[in-house]
Amino acid sequence: MTEHIKKDIILQVQGLKTHFFTKRGVVKAVDGIDFSMGKGEIVGLVGESGSGKSITSLSIMRLVPKPAGEIVDGKILFYNENLLEKSAEEMRQIRGNRISMILQDPMVSLNQILRVEYQIGEVFRFHKKTNGSLREKCINVLRKVKVPSPELRMRDYPFQFSGGMCQRVVIGMGIANSPKLLIADEPTTALDVTIQSQILQLMKRVQQETGTAILMITHDLATVAQICSRVMVMYAGRIVEKAPVHTFYKIPAHPYSCGLIKSVPVLGKKIDRLFSIEGQPPSLLNPPEGCRFVSRCNQAKEICHREYPPEITLDENTNHRVSCWLHT
Amino acid sequence: MQRYFLKRIFIGIMTMLVVITIVFFLTRVAGPADPTAILLPPDATPEDQARLRVKFGLDKPVMEQYFIYMKNALQGDFGESFRFGEPALELVLERLPATIQLASLALLLGLSCGLFVGIISAVLRDTVFDRVGRVLALIGMAVPQFALALFLTLTFGVMLEWLPISGRGGIEHLIMPVVSMSMVGLAAYTRLSRSTMIEVLNSDYIMMARIKGVPYYRVVLVHALKNSCIPVITFIGMTFPALITGNVVIETIFSWPGIGNLVMTSIFARDYPVVQVIVLLLSFMVISINLLVDIAYAYIDPRIRFE
Amino acid sequence: MFLDKKKKKQRKIKNRIPFIGLTFVTGFLFLVIFGNWVAPYDYEYWDMASMMMPPAWEEGGSISHVLGTDALGRDVFSRLIHGSRFSLLIAVACIACYGTIGVIMGLLSGFMGGITDMVIMRLCDLWMSMPAIILVSLMGPSALTVIVVVGIAGWPGYARIVRGECLSIKQNDFIRLARVAGCSNLRIMFSHVFPNIANTLIVLVTLNIGQMIILTATLSFLGLGTQPPSPDWGLMMNEGRRYINSAWWLVVFPGVAILMAVLGFNIVGDWLREIFDPKQKLR
Repeated sequence: MTEHIKKDIILQVQGLKTHFFTKRGVVKAVDGIDFSMGKGEIVGLVGESGSGKSITSLSIMRLVPKPAGEIVDGKILFYNENLLEKSAEEMRQIRGNRISMILQDPMVSLNQILRVEYQIGEVFRFHKKTNGSLREKCINVLRKVKVPSPELRMRDYPFQFSGGMCQRVVIGMGIANSPKLLIADEPTTALDVTIQSQILQLMKRVQQETGTAILMITHDLATVAQICSRVMVMYAGRIVEKAPVHTFYKIPAHPYSCGLIKSVPVLGKKIDRLFSIEGQPPSLLNPPEGCRFVSRCNQAKEICHREYPPEITLDENTNHRVSCWLHT
Repeated sequence: MQRYFLKRIFIGIMTMLVVITIVFFLTRVAGPADPTAILLPPDATPEDQARLRVKFGLDKPVMEQYFIYMKNALQGDFGESFRFGEPALELVLERLPATIQLASLALLLGLSCGLFVGIISAVLRDTVFDRVGRVLALIGMAVPQFALALFLTLTFGVMLEWLPISGRGGIEHLIMPVVSMSMVGLAAYTRLSRSTMIEVLNSDYIMMARIKGVPYYRVVLVHALKNSCIPVITFIGMTFPALITGNVVIETIFSWPGIGNLVMTSIFARDYPVVQVIVLLLSFMVISINLLVDIAYAYIDPRIRFE
Repeated sequence: MFLDKKKKKQRKIKNRIPFIGLTFVTGFLFLVIFGNWVAPYDYEYWDMASMMMPPAWEEGGSISHVLGTDALGRDVFSRLIHGSRFSLLIAVACIACYGTIGVIMGLLSGFMGGITDMVIMRLCDLWMSMPAIILVSLMGPSALTVIVVVGIAGWPGYARIVRGECLSIKQNDFIRLARVAGCSNLRIMFSHVFPNIANTLIVLVTLNIGQMIILTATLSFLGLGTQPPSPDWGLMMNEGRRYINSAWWLVVFPGVAILMAVLGFNIVGDWLREIFDPKQKLR
């Protein structure tokens, strides 16, 4: 698998496979994905529920739910070190420090019965960053994410914060140690639309100020359009397309991507019926041999049923790649 | 918040009054209203019996007896034991420490071991430790306390003669009663803390703590433990009456000189004042425990404090 | 692939436990229903000629009395079988009583809220202050007393749980829709709320049967429950207690019977709870 040798690649995922061993069989949630991220990039990972996006993020953090889940194959190179070979303690030191993550629902991401100050403090305390006052550091974190009256509010409990404020706190904890990579798993899905925009702007500002790369996992194309520079589309456990954002919206290559873009209603345009992609994603218990989108694709060829399409580069300049027999 | 507790205390006192009334009438109605026949030796004369009746106030109509009793009770006088002649309250308070010793040790043992095993079972889920623990807990809950007491007595008391089979004294007297009494609780707390812990460990905030790089043992001890406390504390409050029943059974089997034993012998001897005081005391304890449980909630879960 | 095998083996063992539980329960129910025909002797049948016989496999025992006899020459095996009926009967009678009361109170309390709720909750507290064992002793011990007392005393447990479920279901939209449609409160309670809590109730009842068997055995053991000559298992243990040195079988077999019956019901209750749990865990 040769990737374009870009300068400053901080994360390289190669052939990652994460499976879940259940009573009914093996669920191949992530079944062979490859991608890389450069320094300070904001990359979007788009897909529907069950496509494997969240499991991808958990795999990078090596927090896949045991005992059912296991990373069975692949490499995750972070600054050229394979995370899958690290010991538990080494991994712990990386988490919250060099790689960080924020989850979807801020109201349940925070422990409701512990003070916010304490929970922010944990990020510093367990990474031996206790030089200087812990209290000052917490206040700074809250200031960075624009929480008003940080000195007072940090003594509060999470249930005293609104959803948007909670997510700010969570983002604050995520960037407190200036990580090189921040994984954001649907950070705005649980929030009001008006707050969503604020949070996204905050994240963009964070990236500009600290140079943190952000892996933005979402099912919402609007989010991607707002802050991502590159986008990857994931379907049924595999990545089917990778492109810069403008290219993606202008000339989507994979039929699934086309379907996704078409599903977004356009303001002002009159239509009788909203478009949706027909059919359902395949079961990940026994994924089909060939292309996984074949049952829902109206341009499917015979070979699509038989063999999984290899990834090809459509455009060297923009590094637009797609896994689809239509483009071979 | 404080107003809420005051209200609870008030209702608690009302409840105790109702309890005294119920027991008072229950003893008079269900058993013979005149227990003097049982209390006297066989060669007593009818005059002796009449005198006894007057002494205990049993010659008056039941309603009048009730009012006299309540009037005295509110002043702290709960009458005299029919059997021993001593003030009922004193008699009971004398034997209270023995029961408290037994019950609190049993509760502590059951709770601490149960929590310990349950938490480790949850963290080491599906390992040998967990599976053996679950089977043992299952069996532990199916063994009646008296059967366990019997078994222990047979093995350690009779066959091996390591431990005394009755009475109160040193540590060797405590072992079998406490173990018998705590077994069911231990099994129940193990199962409860395990299932609560598993649920808590699946929460997002636990995942978040690990994402932050908090060491796992701290995640369990600080985040998970505090959140799993609440159902366990509820359970303590809910099963307190069962603890009382267990106490009565164990005290009877091991002839432990506590109030569990006393209440049974008093019932059979128709020693009403003692029975009444004991039931009142038990009612007081149940209400207090429920109140303490609620206070503990407010302490652990700040959400309740702010309501 | 080695991982696959190990996990498959773990799963097999785990699946056996409910099977064991079901076996016990089925066996128990079988004895309850068909006991009369299966048991070799009547439970009262005594025969002074064969007093205190040990179980068949020991010296002095015989096949005609497989598990031995007691001081009155009554066959232990038969008494165990007949006793199952007593245990279950009392357990079911009690649960039927307080279960019904508890569910009704819980529904009223949870659904109506307000003063009804407060009153019922205070009644719960009151009831819980009076341990059953004391009430039974006061009222003169007998099987009937046990049923009456426990039947009336046990409802707070059910009421609380049903109330809790009601409170959470009340928020659901389908209840609001029923109201909008004009259903009376009573109808909503019984047609809409009740089916949703049925699952919890089934689990609760199953687990309760085990508890009741232990409770009645305990009361009988202390002489407060079923009276002789009933073949109640607890009573058998009490009667056999004084011969514990010489005739261990009089105490051990009833004890084992109780253990197996309760264990069976507990396992089945657990298994039902796992089936009904909407949160389908991966393993």
